[in-house]
Amino acid sequence: MLIGSAPRLYAYTGGKTFDARLPAIVFIHGAQLDHSVWILQSRYLAHHGYAVLALDLPGHGRSEGEALASVEAMADAIAPRLAAATGQPLLLVGHSMGSLISLELARRLGPRVAGVALLGTAFPMKVSDALLTATREAPDAAIEMIDVWSHAPSIAAFNRPLSSPGPGFSIPGQGRALMRHIARRNGASVLATDFAACNAYAGGLEAAAALRCPALFLLGASDQMTPPRAARALREACPEATEIVVPGSGHALMSEAAGPVLEALKHFAARVLRVA
Amino acid sequence: MSAEFPRFDTLSLHAGQAPDPATGARAVPIYASSSFVFEDSDHAAALFNMERAGHVYSRISNPTVAVFEERMAALERGVGAVATASGQAALHLAIATLMGAGGHIVASRSLYGGSHNLLAYTLARFGIATTFVDPRELGQWREAIRPETRLLYGETLGNPGLDVLDIPAVASIAHEAGVPLMVDSTFTTPWLVQPFEHGADLVYHSATKFLGGHGTAIGGVLVDGGAFDWEASGLFPTLTEPYAGFHGMVFAEESTVAPFLLRARREGLRDFGACMSPHTAFLLLQGLETLPLRMARHVDNARKVVAFLADHPQVAAIAWPELPSHPDHALARRLLPRGCGAVFSFDLAGSRAAGRAFVETLRVFSHLANVGDAKSLVIHPASTTHFRVPDEDLARAGITQGTIRLSVGLEDIDDLLEDLARALKAAAKVN
Repeated sequence: MLIGSAPRLYAYTGGKTFDARLPAIVFIHGAQLDHSVWILQSRYLAHHGYAVLALDLPGHGRSEGEALASVEAMADAIAPRLAAATGQPLLLVGHSMGSLISLELARRLGPRVAGVALLGTAFPMKVSDALLTATREAPDAAIEMIDVWSHAPSIAAFNRPLSSPGPGFSIPGQGRALMRHIARRNGASVLATDFAACNAYAGGLEAAAALRCPALFLLGASDQMTPPRAARALREACPEATEIVVPGSGHALMSEAAGPVLEALKHFAARVLRVA
Repeated sequence: MSAEFPRFDTLSLHAGQAPDPATGARAVPIYASSSFVFEDSDHAAALFNMERAGHVYSRISNPTVAVFEERMAALERGVGAVATASGQAALHLAIATLMGAGGHIVASRSLYGGSHNLLAYTLARFGIATTFVDPRELGQWREAIRPETRLLYGETLGNPGLDVLDIPAVASIAHEAGVPLMVDSTFTTPWLVQPFEHGADLVYHSATKFLGGHGTAIGGVLVDGGAFDWEASGLFPTLTEPYAGFHGMVFAEESTVAPFLLRARREGLRDFGACMSPHTAFLLLQGLETLPLRMARHVDNARKVVAFLADHPQVAAIAWPELPSHPDHALARRLLPRGCGAVFSFDLAGSRAAGRAFVETLRVFSHLANVGDAKSLVIHPASTTHFRVPDEDLARAGITQGTIRLSVGLEDIDDLLEDLARALKAAAKVN
């Protein structure tokens, strides 16, 4: 469904009609992606007592408008649209750049936010000069590099016991195809805009310190983009934080470790949103 | 930090499978189980509703078959694959996923006889029409497209004249019309060409042939490149509208890049049932592990056989894109730099009796209806694989009554050349 006023945001509701009376879980994807990365978490939770909004960020996927140049601007755009969609307590679940947006959203939405789950996060989320340049000047090559680094290294990227969204699928293949899809559908500049926004974001420690809800850090032990050690400062700045490091998973935890990620989110959601 | 995934030769051995967690087995286990136990009731319901990944029933998915599917997806650089009981089943599954009665296909006329039969006769009975075109005439592709067209289709190397499909050009025509291009890459395998890199949207194989490579099992596989925008096209309600057969699911919402495969499995395998068995998948995986080695040897042997035949007085004509005389020579050099496979045809001088003498004198080449085996094979298309194709269509496909098709295997090249020389001598005696 499309939420808010123009430019409207697209939200996948987990294959169920959105029920604004239920506690809500908001999924926020990372750079150059869309709501579909959450398929093995969003759909389950939507069928187990939650209202789910898996967003396409402004200017990504089916959302209207242009990609925004900063994490803060993305949070500014999302906050009022979320507030219009539901008055229920929120669990914000963000991956990579989406985790930074979740921190900024929590600042803006205050007591509405019952918890934040930060997947594949880091602060600062610096991007190498070589990659930043590639996103501007050689986006196809940049997408190939990002696809490699987004997954557990070597053959492990192709060897999940249960692939996502199911048997027979290639996780790295889908990652590459999705990034290329966003470039075709939403414009070649989204890639550079997103990575520049990650690189420039400076408010992480303040946003973490300002949290008034529990935070869950879900990190991939084999994450090449945001290794677990890169999240330590952010975690230590949170008033209340727990950390789960998923063995064998790279940066794309939602696909590479869909089951463990779902279990962690289930328990966290039940705790912070108090749904049995 | 490496910026490369494992390369083709490594993926052909490893993609899709880690050592078995239960036993440590390195080789792919054959999970000969029709069904799989649920952890609890919630797990069962979640699997049926696509909320979790997992195996339920081997018609829909199987752990051994999944290794084959994921390995093929990796080798083709696609988003995923669905394995089927045969190449024909893969072709049918693709078409049935995309369209129903009233749909239309534009297809190359240089096709395997079985594919031609399916399109020309069988699917027509179900209300799906096909227009066949000369694959080299781009204008014919364009002019054949109608409002109800839903697919363009051809073979990477046409059967049996080895027309090289201009994948980039035909893909462009397809995309202008908002429809996908599917290619049959059976004769090429991903080792010789990765069609997605040239603009194709769907690829399928008769895995019976070079992928399995040993003539031991019948199977097919359908791979999706993930690049076609089904939503933007607006022509594929099977993927973009609620599907009553799965609780109103809109596949393009569930997966941005793989809705086709979701429907092909959730509807196609479920309802048509042409799945692959785990035993077949195991056999095909044994072949896939040596695909790079075998294809290199196939191509090398084929080149030497072609060179021998091209100079022989009994050979009236030979269709091989690596020869400068072939109309697709330049295109082959561009799209198939590693070679043009190991299946080709030549016209034997003389009568049908000469052809019979040739085929029946061969001792190393086996006379049977297959290609892509490790063993060398021979057949006479006009009386076998293309028996039901009308004469005018045969002529357009470059098949005569004297056409002999060879599938060059991995034997010692000297044995192959001696066998051919002996058979050509026998044919000459008849003439």
